[in-house]
Amino acid sequence: MGVTSKLGNLGVVTTTLDAAINWGRTGAMWPLLFGLACCAIEYMSTQASNYDLSRFGMELNRATPRQADLLIVSGRVTRKMAPVVRQLYDQMATPNWVIAMGDCASCGGVYNNYAVVQGVDEIVPVDVYVAGCPPRPEQLLDGIMMLHEKVRRETIKDWA
Amino acid sequence: MAVAEQVSKWEGSIDDLRGLVSERALTGETMLLNMGPHHPSTHGVLRLLLELDGEEIVTCLPDVGYLHTGIEKTIESKRYEQGVPLTDRMDYLSPMSNNMAFCMAIEKLVDLDVPERAQVIRVMLLEMSRIASHLVWLGTHALDLGAMSVFLYAFRERERILTMFEMLSGQRMMGSYFRPGGVWRDLTPDFLPTLEGFLDIFLAKVDDYELLLTNNPIWIDRTQGIGTIEPDQALAWGVSGPGLRGSGVNWDIRKAMPYSGYEQYDFEVPLGEHGDVFDRYIVRIHEMRESHKIIRQAIKKLETAKGSFRSDDRKFVPPPRSALGQSMEAVIHHFKLWTEGFPAPDEEVFVSIESPRGEIGCYLHGDGGTKPRRVHFKTPSFMHISSLPVITKGYMLADLVAIASSMDVVLGDCDR
Repeated sequence: MGVTSKLGNLGVVTTTLDAAINWGRTGAMWPLLFGLACCAIEYMSTQASNYDLSRFGMELNRATPRQADLLIVSGRVTRKMAPVVRQLYDQMATPNWVIAMGDCASCGGVYNNYAVVQGVDEIVPVDVYVAGCPPRPEQLLDGIMMLHEKVRRETIKDWA
Repeated sequence: MAVAEQVSKWEGSIDDLRGLVSERALTGETMLLNMGPHHPSTHGVLRLLLELDGEEIVTCLPDVGYLHTGIEKTIESKRYEQGVPLTDRMDYLSPMSNNMAFCMAIEKLVDLDVPERAQVIRVMLLEMSRIASHLVWLGTHALDLGAMSVFLYAFRERERILTMFEMLSGQRMMGSYFRPGGVWRDLTPDFLPTLEGFLDIFLAKVDDYELLLTNNPIWIDRTQGIGTIEPDQALAWGVSGPGLRGSGVNWDIRKAMPYSGYEQYDFEVPLGEHGDVFDRYIVRIHEMRESHKIIRQAIKKLETAKGSFRSDDRKFVPPPRSALGQSMEAVIHHFKLWTEGFPAPDEEVFVSIESPRGEIGCYLHGDGGTKPRRVHFKTPSFMHISSLPVITKGYMLADLVAIASSMDVVLGDCDR
């Protein structure tokens, strides 16, 4: 029934292990429910009705870092907050990825002062930088798709 | 990894908490629980140290500063008009209100008049950002209490407002649209029809939100009689905005100390009775309807409003681009304004406006030059967070989420 009746008996599908695993990883990359500042509001807009992040299998925000795959640093990281961000990153199970959303998380943005860490890459490794202050939801979606491209290029040899 | 090495363990002892928490916590009779700074319902990076007796909150100690950005200090190193974009990023749910407070302070300091048309445009946009801010509040407040769908509905309407902001300023959130002496540009031709289209449907949408929540038994159980704050207590703790009006205190700066021509508009100030979470919710819902009313009046007023969208005092406002090719004087003004800015006298001013959250005050002290000596913002979220220990005392841990979000705290606003 169902698909079989329309397509005939397909039997076995062959693919590479890399492709199968990366398909799974990109199709359900759960982000950490973590907002810092203004960008977090645009991140909420991305999740909400008009932009609908669940198209990418990402509607499930996990509040605990243990269950999350993707850390979206949405906003300025201050010196007081930096240890917390690092601890959250350390608590995430590998494989995990980081998107620096917005200018403040990427490079400090307009705040070149005593309080703000000049880019979250000073404390955690960043995979994709998204420009904008704050970035439009489309820009964040573009960053997420760019991260998906990056994940698809990973091979089993890198995991060892 | 210089900053990573600063990751420190707390090396204090329990004795450091003596005086802050009750003696029972020191003996282990009550439990100390750390909530935040990463917690899904602290609305940002608020940290609360809770002392719990079972599920009952004995003490709640807020710890702020996780989003301290040094905005005030950064503005002091910039010229007056360069400070406007930085104020956007304080209370990021209603950037226009911050712009307004800062621009009004500059205008008061240098004695700059704002044309009537600019004032009407400002009122219109302030009320639009009030609606947008209340919609985010409504969505996240309902989400915290487990009503997921309201969030999706509220953000659907908010997107329409952001689209209109984008039409005017080119940016969805941080438009920096208000400038000293008026607004950046005039309204675009398609702005007013879009706004009319939004206003036509909006009241029905507010009814929809109320249909989902107001008479919902779960909602009533979670909100009524929770987080009550008495009027005198609210005043004593500096609570302002819907938090204060939910307790029945009739204090709205738009009525009490009108600015930007608010005295010419006909609107009500919704008041609550009991000062609980539910009353604060109802006050905000009614405020959205009142804002709708004000925007309608502003559109009508725009037809007859005199003057331009920005003051033409060339000592403070740059000339239009078209004038640069014709007038040497315009070129000189343009050059002076964009290379060194305008000087302000060595005086201090304080203005306050009614933001969606409450009273935003801006203290500005000039130094005779083109940069301010001191800028300080009195922000509502800071007051609201400092009132949390009083409001949450004696309630259950699960109610804390409802109470904290009903005060509508924005940590960017609090920490700056």
